[in-house]
Amino acid sequence: MTEPTAKQIQDSKLYQQWGLSDSEYKLICEKILHRLPNYTETGLYSVMWSEHCSYKNSKKVLRKMPNKSDRVLAGPGEDAGILDIGDGQAVVFKAESHNHPSAVEPYQGAATGVGGIIRDIFSMGAQPFALLNSLKFGPLKDGQTKHLVNEVVAGIGGYGNCIGLPTVGGEISFENCYENNPLVNAMCVGLLNKTDFKHGTASGKGNLIVYVGAKTGRDGIHGATFASDEFTDTKNKQRSAVQVGNPFIEKLLMDACVEIIEKHPNWILGIQDMGAAGLVSSTAEMASKADSGLILNLDNVPQRETEMSAYEMMLSESQERMVLCVKPQFKDNVLAFFKNFELDAVVIGQVTGDKQYKIYHRDELVTDIPVRSLTEDVPEYDRPEVEPKRIAQDRDYHFVPKIDSLIDTWQALLKQPNIASKKHFYQTYDSQVKADTLVQPGSDAGVTRIRGTKKAIAMTNDSNSKYVYLDPYVGGQITVMEAARNIVASGAEPIGVTDCLNYGNPENPEVFWELDKSVEGIASACEKINTPVISGNVSLYNEYNDEAIYPSPMIGMVGLIDDVKKVTTIAFKEAGDLIYLLGNTFNDFNGSEIQLQQTGSIKGGLRPLDLNEERLHQDLIRQAINQGLVASCHDLSEGGLAVALSESAFDKQLGFEIETDLTSAQMFSETQSRFLVTVKPEDKTNFENLVLRDFQYLGQVTEDSTFKVTTKDETVSINGKEASNNWKEAIACLMK
Amino acid sequence: MKFAVVNFPGSNCDMDLYYAIKDGIKEEVELVDYRKTSLAGFDGVLIPGGFSYGDYLRSGAIAVHAPIISEIVRFANEGKFVLGICNGFQILTELHLLPGALIQNEKSRFICETVTLQVMNNQTIFTNRYTENEKIRIPVAHGEGRYYCDEQTLEELKANDQIVFRYDENINGSVDQIAGVMNRQGNVLGMMPHPERALEDIVGSSDGLKLFQSIINQVRVNN
Repeated sequence: MTEPTAKQIQDSKLYQQWGLSDSEYKLICEKILHRLPNYTETGLYSVMWSEHCSYKNSKKVLRKMPNKSDRVLAGPGEDAGILDIGDGQAVVFKAESHNHPSAVEPYQGAATGVGGIIRDIFSMGAQPFALLNSLKFGPLKDGQTKHLVNEVVAGIGGYGNCIGLPTVGGEISFENCYENNPLVNAMCVGLLNKTDFKHGTASGKGNLIVYVGAKTGRDGIHGATFASDEFTDTKNKQRSAVQVGNPFIEKLLMDACVEIIEKHPNWILGIQDMGAAGLVSSTAEMASKADSGLILNLDNVPQRETEMSAYEMMLSESQERMVLCVKPQFKDNVLAFFKNFELDAVVIGQVTGDKQYKIYHRDELVTDIPVRSLTEDVPEYDRPEVEPKRIAQDRDYHFVPKIDSLIDTWQALLKQPNIASKKHFYQTYDSQVKADTLVQPGSDAGVTRIRGTKKAIAMTNDSNSKYVYLDPYVGGQITVMEAARNIVASGAEPIGVTDCLNYGNPENPEVFWELDKSVEGIASACEKINTPVISGNVSLYNEYNDEAIYPSPMIGMVGLIDDVKKVTTIAFKEAGDLIYLLGNTFNDFNGSEIQLQQTGSIKGGLRPLDLNEERLHQDLIRQAINQGLVASCHDLSEGGLAVALSESAFDKQLGFEIETDLTSAQMFSETQSRFLVTVKPEDKTNFENLVLRDFQYLGQVTEDSTFKVTTKDETVSINGKEASNNWKEAIACLMK
Repeated sequence: MKFAVVNFPGSNCDMDLYYAIKDGIKEEVELVDYRKTSLAGFDGVLIPGGFSYGDYLRSGAIAVHAPIISEIVRFANEGKFVLGICNGFQILTELHLLPGALIQNEKSRFICETVTLQVMNNQTIFTNRYTENEKIRIPVAHGEGRYYCDEQTLEELKANDQIVFRYDENINGSVDQIAGVMNRQGNVLGMMPHPERALEDIVGSSDGLKLFQSIINQVRVNN
């Protein structure tokens, strides 16, 4: 195939198919190049200027996020963010979405999402040690959705299990809006010796650009552009834009990169993963950060297909590839080092002083453009925003459920897919490899110890898009605070956040308003608890036939535990322990699971979140855990007190007897800022003296698995075994 | 006493085993590359779990062609102890150092869970610190861990007390709920569950510790 000429590209407006607008194309021709870009160059601009790579639509909003604290060693702009945890160590983490690929090819889409996020961590010089994920699908009704769920879960497990990193936490939820646009967000956390930190830069004229890892094929070409477009009935089959993963190669690549940085830090000046927009994005970003130029010779790129064009090689998103910047005197050492791991490593170019990005292919100069025009000259958009009508219309609507039978409602709620146990899925993930997992999936947060120290890291992925849909600002705050409560309930201090911002088309003013307001909510909550947002990604254009998903920010939070003795789980420990509820309960039913159960949909505004009270309750729990007064602790979220009590009892097949002045309906209220705590009888006085306010004594843990509940309205006895079965079996039943 | 942990490309439980020896029972241990051709100086060999060569063909099928393999076979034939865990067990059956085979789990899904095992034979190098029929909690994590052998082999395994561990509940469809078997001489053990992940209560169970202590115990008695 002969490529269209620059003139033909201009005349046929081919650039539009690749996602460049007329005005962007004009900017490139008239202000940057002062000539027409050729085929390869047009391709490079189109991917580098896509939303996925440039954040051109979201940058203005993202600046609202706090990204500083005493712990931050690196924030947004690197492959992943870094937080100091003392003793010369740091944690490195990031979350990334792989929504579009997973919709089209669920197994590989999800698998390569995991592979990509792992590379982001070890490219910083860190040893990855844990994985998490957040998944959203349509309701488990039809075979197509179940197939999608099975394949995504298998892809995540297939990659993580093989590479040997434990999946320690995550969440799965189901709403109608995700039926044709599932969300697959993956997070990886790594440990870094501070001295091993490597920037993704290519500096110093004459230094070499080395390609390491899998060969380049035609897979994933234009993946970034594809991820920045919507799905429609006619546009959902772009399989060529999906990559194929090989966790075995990545395992070799990970071990090799971690080892070379640890043992030979002076050999390597910079290292970066080839992720979205592959070779062009990684090399252009590395050169841009150092304000240098690059020459690449594509004939040296290891290829697994024949007759690949420069355009195809530069845009390929083949997996398991890294770019290194290496001092020439260590070239032979570096190549030999990777060869010992049986990995391809070749010099494909060098750093220049002229700030130009030049590519040679078959002895022809096929690209000659300013490096920074790819990364810095992208126009930034200030999109118009409009509050959607539903917000004002429904603001004063207050749903209050009518409870005909507390027992039946309670039992049925435990079967709701968003509440029921997700063990059916997460037991297919290896959560224990490395033998450092202290708290496995199923508690509030996953906890991993740091071998050789007393420290441990708590990690969680949280989102509740129902709240964000009803009120993006308050919903954004709730998302952060729910994550924080999960971290705190595990015995940790929240120290930082990564996020995946999943929304519809930002060119729709209502969608942009949702993005903007929810980010403001997230930012205010993060500031309140001093958790800077140090990395993350934005996934826009999540639409199907012009129908947007709920605004769905996902918060990945990390917490530090200074002594593993403080690790706390949700499980009631033994009969006789005292049960307390910290935090007041109100009629907060809008957006709740009980509203969904009773009406089939969600509606109404949200009560503003009192950030001071939220922070206070988190601090009280931390103090109580630090003083050794807490036997178990569980954050209250979906399904309210009823679900929190049940989940806490299930693990050791215990029961409870409680009495409360809440109404039966309020057992299901989802008021924020609440924790369920159990305390050993001998710690009663110390606990009550510490907490002092906003707590209610509910009753005791019992040996017998029955749930004896007295509300303001009635006294009931709930069969705990039946409850446990309902909760445990619901998902497996739905998946049949 | 000096242990070798053999490291194949794609092994991912090698460090867990390394720490089990170094920190768990505080003995000498070294990682041995699959390209090495000698195990001289070692008292025992541990083959770790993971996905050697990605397990793309069949679990363990490619690893058996690595240079270190002939040395492992020699080691086993000389009566020195060899322990294969998970992928290591798969490699040992591929090598026919142990009878039977490991095939895809009955429900064809990967399963990660801490399960209850019963110690069927506590008169072995690997289990002498356990009591007879002791129930222990050990994690499993595998997609191809369903033990299969024909009836005649099963009868032989039973007659010779070669079944070392059985699952309390048959999680993967294994013949006779077998979780671990040894060779007739008793110096080669393969098991799907991961004792190296159960060395401290803080990670959920310390029931795996006795397995490693048993080895030390036995070797000390022999010496």
